[in-house]
Amino acid sequence: MIRKLLSLFFCLLFVLALAGCHGSQGLDPFEAPEEFDLSKRCEITFWAKNDTNKVQTKIYEKAIADFEALYPNIKVNMRLYTDYGKIYNDVITNISTNTTPNLCISYPDHIATYLTGSNVVVPLEDLFDHPKYGLGGSEVRFDAPKKEEIIPQFLRECTIEGRTYALPYMRSTEACYINKTYVEALGYEIPEILTWDYIWEVSEAAMQRDADGTFLVNGQTIMIPFIYKSTDNMMIQMLRQKDAPYSNEQGEIAIFNDTTKELLYTVAEHTKTGAFSTFKIDSYPGNFLNAGQCIFAVDSTAGATWIGSKAPLLDISEDKLVDFETVVRPVPQFDPEHPKMISQGPSICMFNKRDPQQVLASWLFLQYLLTNDVQIAYSETEGYVPVTKKAQESEEYRDYLSRCGEDTSEHYEVKIKASELLLSNTQYTFTTPVFNGSASLRDAAGQMIENTAKSVRRRQTIDDAYFEKLFTDVNALYHLDQNDTGAIEKSSLGPLPKTALTLLIVLGAVWVLIGVWAFFNLLRRKKADLPH
Amino acid sequence: MKKIIALLIVLALCVAFAGCSKSEEKADVKGEGVMTYAQYVAAAIDSEVVVETYVQAKQSWWDNKATFYTQDKDGAYFLYEMPCTEEEYNKLTKGTKIKVTGFKSEWSGEVEITDAKFEIEEGSYTASAFDATSLIGSADLDKHANELVAFKGMTVEAYDESGAAFAYKNEAEKTDDLYFKASKDGKTIDFCVEFYLTGKDTDVYKAVEGFKVGDKVDIECFLYYYNGVNPHVVGAAASK
Repeated sequence: MIRKLLSLFFCLLFVLALAGCHGSQGLDPFEAPEEFDLSKRCEITFWAKNDTNKVQTKIYEKAIADFEALYPNIKVNMRLYTDYGKIYNDVITNISTNTTPNLCISYPDHIATYLTGSNVVVPLEDLFDHPKYGLGGSEVRFDAPKKEEIIPQFLRECTIEGRTYALPYMRSTEACYINKTYVEALGYEIPEILTWDYIWEVSEAAMQRDADGTFLVNGQTIMIPFIYKSTDNMMIQMLRQKDAPYSNEQGEIAIFNDTTKELLYTVAEHTKTGAFSTFKIDSYPGNFLNAGQCIFAVDSTAGATWIGSKAPLLDISEDKLVDFETVVRPVPQFDPEHPKMISQGPSICMFNKRDPQQVLASWLFLQYLLTNDVQIAYSETEGYVPVTKKAQESEEYRDYLSRCGEDTSEHYEVKIKASELLLSNTQYTFTTPVFNGSASLRDAAGQMIENTAKSVRRRQTIDDAYFEKLFTDVNALYHLDQNDTGAIEKSSLGPLPKTALTLLIVLGAVWVLIGVWAFFNLLRRKKADLPH
Repeated sequence: MKKIIALLIVLALCVAFAGCSKSEEKADVKGEGVMTYAQYVAAAIDSEVVVETYVQAKQSWWDNKATFYTQDKDGAYFLYEMPCTEEEYNKLTKGTKIKVTGFKSEWSGEVEITDAKFEIEEGSYTASAFDATSLIGSADLDKHANELVAFKGMTVEAYDESGAAFAYKNEAEKTDDLYFKASKDGKTIDFCVEFYLTGKDTDVYKAVEGFKVGDKVDIECFLYYYNGVNPHVVGAAASK
């Protein structure tokens, strides 16, 4: 009997041991040390992104050098990317091997995916309030912004399931860059707030050609009046402006609805006439605009240095460039009294490590990237805006804005007007709910516009049946029907699933039975060995 | 009599050789429902096209798709982001014959086939580079779009105001494309060493990193377009 009990005990122990293994691979939650050890050498890695812009690279390098001068025990290694998607892919690959960088530039949608691991990304609230090393803490060796100095709207965008997992680094929105010369030639004036009806009307007016097929407005054989760069943003903003469903905070997908279908019918209508196209179908809207082959080019404010006939950066040859006046406006609206526009731009998240001192060093560098020196310098490279009031309200930044149009480089008019567009419309910006899978939903939103436009061009029939199939196909392609809506980070992986627990109990029971069998077998042998 | 017989044999041999030569150069015989290259060229943008072609090079595979440089004996077809599994990608080696059904598209001046499906067929063909040096700056160059071509005796020009002979898209990490300009008789071409085709460990990437302004070079490339001629370089060496 004692042996039986012992067997049972060991089996239970085995089951418990297996259960204990579950979720033990992750790191412990980060706890901020009280002191930062300045005598300890510390090396951190920062994965940054630039827009193929050497000035941005130099700003990062200067920031690192200045920071290392303040903290000689910290060495910052930077790896530069030119694409957010590549950063995302590399981070995902490195999470499984615990080789993530210490800091990396990311979109909140991507951070939501990083969070599916256990304690991978450090939540920042405790660090914000750290008395010595928090935002503006007593032991911080530079003039860091205080929490209340970060634009609240931008900080909220870094909140996922109620916790702050990143700090905003730069913010931009989308702008409609307009060839004013052509709009006026068509007999229209440009309103302060564009409406979708206005955009479609002027675009259709621009499609008039002479008998040879030459467009009257530009005298060329190519004219695509309205080109949208990011069709995911196009769909997202249109839905938000119409107060139509997209998704909720819990990650429930609601994009496949009648409003979406109605919007896609409009896209189809204007694709059919040739008045509308997209970056994926034709090319960069700015290139067409600069060549006098487009009238309304929607692209990020962070791409403003490529837009306009006097743009400091050009992607087409000089001989194709057309002289025109560029006007910058917010994206078209359904209700101009209540404009709504996307807020976008890079944020920075911090990865957990076994050594809390290393994490604290990362946190100090993260704060440094929000100082006025870095914020103002970087925002001036493109149509970005700084993410702190401290920088936005500084004399240096105000002076920069006031010199709009003084030259075609540092004070390039279109770039500064793009920044001012966001500064004066920040209250109208929004972001979409972030959850594991929100990046796929965003892709799906754009894909529906792309597919519709391509289908029209390929002379396929666009009707309700088409959209029904499109919804089904896109839903499947992006696995939106398999979305794990509650998969954001927990402190551990939680209790074992019932199926796993059942399996372990069965395994334990099998071991018990083997033990019982062995016991009786032994008993039988002993009996057999006894003299008859 | 012997002389006449000898002459006849020589003539017969000559005719036979000529016949052989002709059969090697003749255009591909296309399967049923498959376009000739001329029909492909004549097809409108956004129309469905069906071609038989041979893989000449490929960019790296990612997310169940890859981009291929393909060519038959009459012309070339650029297959952009054609869906394929990694296993299929590995089978699509240089010379492999494929039947491709997709849509003729144009992006920034590059005519390509998108949203394509393919099937592997029997046959093999590897193109040799067509010397397009004399066509630089002429409209006739466009007739060789996407083909493997050579530009010989080119002079490396300064890429930008810095005076450098080339520029990285990602200077810090060298994990992206490499650009340079080269000219012949005052006509300049912008070249691209496409990272996903020939990365930083390839001979061509390293060769271009060694370029100096004024160098005379021979370049082999696929005649890609991006807002004008912007070939993807696969070979670069000092001019012979």
